[in-house]
Amino acid sequence: MNAGFIAMTALLAVPAGAALLLVLLSGYRLGARVNVGAALSSLLAAVTLFGARPEANLYLRVDDFNLYLIVLNNLVSFTTSVFSASYIAHELETGRLTPVYLRFYHAMYQALLFAMNLALLANNIGLLWVAIELATLITVLMVGLYRTRAALEAAWKYFILGSLGIALALFGTILVYLAAQPVMGEGLPAMAWDQLLARASAFDPALLNLAFVFLLLGYGTKAGLAPLHAWLPDAHAEGPTPISAILSGLLLNVALYAVLRFKMLMSANPHALAPGPLMVGLGLLSLLFAGLMLYRRGDIKRLFAYSSIEHMGIITFAFGMGGPLANFAGLLHMTMHSLTKSAIFFAVGHISQVKGTQRISTIRGLTVTHPALGWGLVAGVIAIAGMPPFGVFMSEFLVVSSTFARQPLLALPLVLGLLLAFGTLLWRLNGMAFGKPDTGPAAPVQASILPMLAHLALVFVAGIWLPGPLVNWFKNVAVLLG
Amino acid sequence: MHGLAFDIAHFLAGGMVVASFLLLYQDRLSALINVFALHSLVLVLAVGWQATIQEAHHLYVTAGIALVFKAIIIPTALHRIVRRLGIHRTLEVVGGVGRDMLAGTALVALAILVMLPVTAGADALAREDLAFALAVVLLGLLLMVIRYNAVSLVIGFMSLENGLVLAAAGARGMPLAVEISIAFSVLIALIVIGVFLFRIRERFDSVDMQAMDTFREGRRK
Repeated sequence: MNAGFIAMTALLAVPAGAALLLVLLSGYRLGARVNVGAALSSLLAAVTLFGARPEANLYLRVDDFNLYLIVLNNLVSFTTSVFSASYIAHELETGRLTPVYLRFYHAMYQALLFAMNLALLANNIGLLWVAIELATLITVLMVGLYRTRAALEAAWKYFILGSLGIALALFGTILVYLAAQPVMGEGLPAMAWDQLLARASAFDPALLNLAFVFLLLGYGTKAGLAPLHAWLPDAHAEGPTPISAILSGLLLNVALYAVLRFKMLMSANPHALAPGPLMVGLGLLSLLFAGLMLYRRGDIKRLFAYSSIEHMGIITFAFGMGGPLANFAGLLHMTMHSLTKSAIFFAVGHISQVKGTQRISTIRGLTVTHPALGWGLVAGVIAIAGMPPFGVFMSEFLVVSSTFARQPLLALPLVLGLLLAFGTLLWRLNGMAFGKPDTGPAAPVQASILPMLAHLALVFVAGIWLPGPLVNWFKNVAVLLG
Repeated sequence: MHGLAFDIAHFLAGGMVVASFLLLYQDRLSALINVFALHSLVLVLAVGWQATIQEAHHLYVTAGIALVFKAIIIPTALHRIVRRLGIHRTLEVVGGVGRDMLAGTALVALAILVMLPVTAGADALAREDLAFALAVVLLGLLLMVIRYNAVSLVIGFMSLENGLVLAAAGARGMPLAVEISIAFSVLIALIVIGVFLFRIRERFDSVDMQAMDTFREGRRK
């Protein structure tokens, strides 16, 4: 029973316990406070893991790769819970949500954290699948929370496509077990990821290839990769904004993390298909597709949802290229995208509340009417579009330059996709931030802009100076990823 | 004896593929639900038989869960939902049975062509089981694609899940964790589905998914 083991248990027990507690608590203020408190405790537990790392067992495991994602996951869930507290107070006032639904919402929020932490900690590929399935079902319920026509359609579409992805991933998981079973014997060790990795070179390559195709399509659906991305924009646009922030910032990462775990298994087998080209292809497809789709968006949350598809494409592309530099860029981009996109959704949530609409054409001149939110959005969009001095610029620059050095032809579509997205986002931003403010209703802001500022500050600092230990950490993980 | 054990396993797994074909051309919702119950029943027998020949006792649990939930509770619940929604007599327009059957046959051929060469090293039982399981999964997908009704979609998805359970049962010695989780997911899925069907009904006065498709961002002006 060392400190690491206790911290690892706390990462699962705190959200699970808080979810149960929140079902019982009435009163949204208390619920929101408990929600923030529980998220903060999980964050502290996650940070403790740096100092004391538990030993891996057949079910759970902490290594360099998942540790940084666990910390990122709990950090963003904590800031989102702070944002959520002020966001839902407004939703309650306007009557879009009732207290009963809020109780449900808070419990689901913690349950979602539990599922994501479990997925990241899982050492057993079956357990990984269960956790992602659980996360999918919870987010389906949360997307449908407003019970409007559009919200129900979004939740239904997400449910069908998400379950489909999950089903394909399970088939892939069974195939991995079948590939491992002749080598490792029956039972649990043949599903433990670290033991699979150690002996992957002896597995039947044909079975592994087939398994990876299913896993990439299955978990790729959950990561929002084209062509199975259709659920993502709807789910982002119609659910409560804190959930959009969690979906974009965290859940997509978790799904991609699952793909990467299996990619590592594939790379460990010299006779198996190289997973890189498949991922590069899917990544480029998502990037270009999202870049084109960004143009016609009329809904602000949908706009940024497509931007998430774009960035997931870039990250998948980077990991598909592989090698220390591209992997480093992918890891950095994963982090920067999480922080920036959730900051943007924090701003967008309050903006759509004060303007009473999500339509881009009716949101004008924010920097005049609501300076804090407006300039926050400007900074966020500049960051996500990949302009210096923010961290996203650095990671995108690394992806592009490493691609030019190795495969100049692939760099062309990559740069084209980046420029497309860049142009559209800035063009849309111009109207929203600097257009002539109309005389429409503009409710006063009761926004907590601290979470947004904290994220933007982190991204800004990362763009100028990355601390040495962090760079070394990413370098180690990049080597692990192969 | 091994020959007979193998033949029975083969027969039951093949029976699931046949039941999947039956699902494809049902035009009455209540009949569709009944065939789904049959589909699940064949699954129970197939998994039970696998448990016997593999001497894997935890598979009996899987078979039991499938029997209780998929062959009894879910069909009964769906029958009730369909009756309460008053759509049990509705004839569904199934465009081109011949076309769907051909597509289904092609998918089964695809499953066998993909699976058998890949699993050349595995034992005969597992590889045939897996080929049939993939066929059931693909036929489930086909059912989801060709139907517009929410209840049919749900049944398509659950027949697909039956295929996954068949695959898991065929994989010798696969730990119980996965089977339990499958049952668990079905349970939650049912709750979600139940809630959804009523909510959709509440908002749309129909469970026809085409009515929903008209509502998209591009057309919301």
